[in-house]
Amino acid sequence: MDVALPFLAEGVDEATVSYWKVDEGDRVEEGDDLVEMFTSKAVFSVPSPGSGIVEEILVREGEVVKVGQTLCILKED
Amino acid sequence: MRWAWACMSSRGRVLAVRWLGRRGYEQVYLLQKELVEARIRQEIPDTLILVEHFPVFTLGRGARDEQFRVPVRQIEALGLKIIPVDRGGQVTYHGPGQLVGYPIFDLTRHRQDLHWTLWALEEILIRFLKDFGIAGERRKDYPGVWVGEKKIAAIGIGVRRWVTYHGFALNINSDLNYFRLIYPCGIRDQGVTSLAEILGERVEITGDLLEKVVFYTGEVFQLEGEILSDEPRISGVAQEKIHKQSSCR
Repeated sequence: MDVALPFLAEGVDEATVSYWKVDEGDRVEEGDDLVEMFTSKAVFSVPSPGSGIVEEILVREGEVVKVGQTLCILKED
Repeated sequence: MRWAWACMSSRGRVLAVRWLGRRGYEQVYLLQKELVEARIRQEIPDTLILVEHFPVFTLGRGARDEQFRVPVRQIEALGLKIIPVDRGGQVTYHGPGQLVGYPIFDLTRHRQDLHWTLWALEEILIRFLKDFGIAGERRKDYPGVWVGEKKIAAIGIGVRRWVTYHGFALNINSDLNYFRLIYPCGIRDQGVTSLAEILGERVEITGDLLEKVVFYTGEVFQLEGEILSDEPRISGVAQEKIHKQSSCR
């Protein structure tokens, strides 16, 4: 499944990747933090929507990502 | 200043307030992290930590080069630490005379909107300042509260599973000289002020002043707040967990 950048705030349509807390190939449980992101005003972590293996990371540290854009691909159990 | 345990309202939504007095930044950072986890697990109500820190500079995730007006070496030579932290915004200073508020709030019970949350924190301080006859203002694109051309409060938050941490830093009688070492929040041309500077008199962080902040926090977030006297209790397990992560991530 694709893990996308969720809605953050009215009028906010993008955020920057701060750092990944997981690597490709890592096993994650639902709710585990995948990546820390930041806007000009706030920092937040994106939790995993399911349990499985992080198959591919699509955005790198420092990259600006739009809301709805895929961050990584999770291969669910 | 001592606070007795206060009973919390059985009606409405509860806000627990912990006034810690003067504490080191890192210790309270660990407490925040522990309370965030407890809030996620619904073990505690919305909680507001109020504290003064010993002098320290912190760098938000938005921090780029040229945060300091003087070489970093010089700052370290003064015995001041520079700590990177997981909040929005750029560089800021914390120190005695500055009232720092860390809301550990579950936004799923308020609004799941980061910028509304920043607006709400600014609103608390604007209403607080109004009590002193001071008109606090917002600036587009610059979070914080301003009085005229000067900034009186810095704001930056982090959120984990919609639970907030970090928060606001309001200058009551801060030593403003420390701000001369940095470009606060990346802004070059404007200064920083304090309640004491604006009023032209010494202002202490008293119980009355804390109660005003708690009152307006309750008003803006529609919570019923009580101030609790509480030693921060940080369990060994949580400390170990946090220390495995690098510098205040």
